[in-house]
Amino acid sequence: MKFVAEINVMPLKELLDPQGKTVSNNLKNLGIEGINDVRIGKRITMNLEANSEEDAREKVEQTCKRLLANMVMESYAYTVQQA
Amino acid sequence: MKFGVVIFPGSNCDSDMIHVLGQVVGHEVVEIWHKDTKLQDFTEEDCIVLPGGFSYGDYLRCGAIASHSPIMKEVIKFANRGGYVLGVCNGFQILCESGLLPGALLRNHSQKFICKNVYLKTQTTNSAITKGIPTGGVLKIPIAHAEGRYYADDYTILDLIQNDQILFKYSDEQGVTNDDSNPNGSLEGIAGICNKNRNVFGMMPHPERAAETILGNTDGLQLFNSLTASVLT
Repeated sequence: MKFVAEINVMPLKELLDPQGKTVSNNLKNLGIEGINDVRIGKRITMNLEANSEEDAREKVEQTCKRLLANMVMESYAYTVQQA
Repeated sequence: MKFGVVIFPGSNCDSDMIHVLGQVVGHEVVEIWHKDTKLQDFTEEDCIVLPGGFSYGDYLRCGAIASHSPIMKEVIKFANRGGYVLGVCNGFQILCESGLLPGALLRNHSQKFICKNVYLKTQTTNSAITKGIPTGGVLKIPIAHAEGRYYADDYTILDLIQNDQILFKYSDEQGVTNDDSNPNGSLEGIAGICNKNRNVFGMMPHPERAAETILGNTDGLQLFNSLTASVLT
């Protein structure tokens, strides 16, 4: 069976995200007010083959835990859907 | 003492490291390709070096993909049986990603790539690489990185302090460590650490770029001399 996974990797909440902070600080140049605490992460999509949705989720879980996210500095969340 | 310098796709400080260890420090140096799967010619008195650079183009996270290279499985085994491992800059990032050292290196506080000489205050003589450096000794060694902000959770930082694992902190020329002397926002101003067993060393500054009189700075040589002297005695 074919599945599509969509994964979000974000810097941990307690961590300073200088990229997000820089964007946040400069949004006023656009004349847009009232936005703060911008945080920037990564969005990763992948197609995969698996025997079941459970199997697909396990593959995605392992991919996130072992490579896509570094648990020291990032958290991850994902959705898995049949393609 | 023999050195093995691992070359990953995107390593760019490997030649400098091989030159300094071989021609300046005067030890046997072996080049190791990242796809190699054997380190059987290395004993616990030898040292594997992960040099600086941009392994795998820094894709995903600095050092993340290299930390899963075939050779890294062997480097981890080598470290676990007591062999010396030194990671400089991208090598330090790879060691953190592989779990051989705690913590992670995040994007510099300033968001900028910083390439300049910095001063390091040696924090402990209780490691092979700092044994020959006077306590509190200040070294001038260059940094060149965009992701060098050392981060670990509070518990890990406390652990590093209690186990005397912090090797170097960024300081000024007089050895004063404060926010002004911290170039990248590292927690505790950490520039280099070792593992609990004191055989794996990681540091962001480049000692191999400060190891020859003709280049105007030999402070980095003290680290290599300390390492070779403490292993040979």
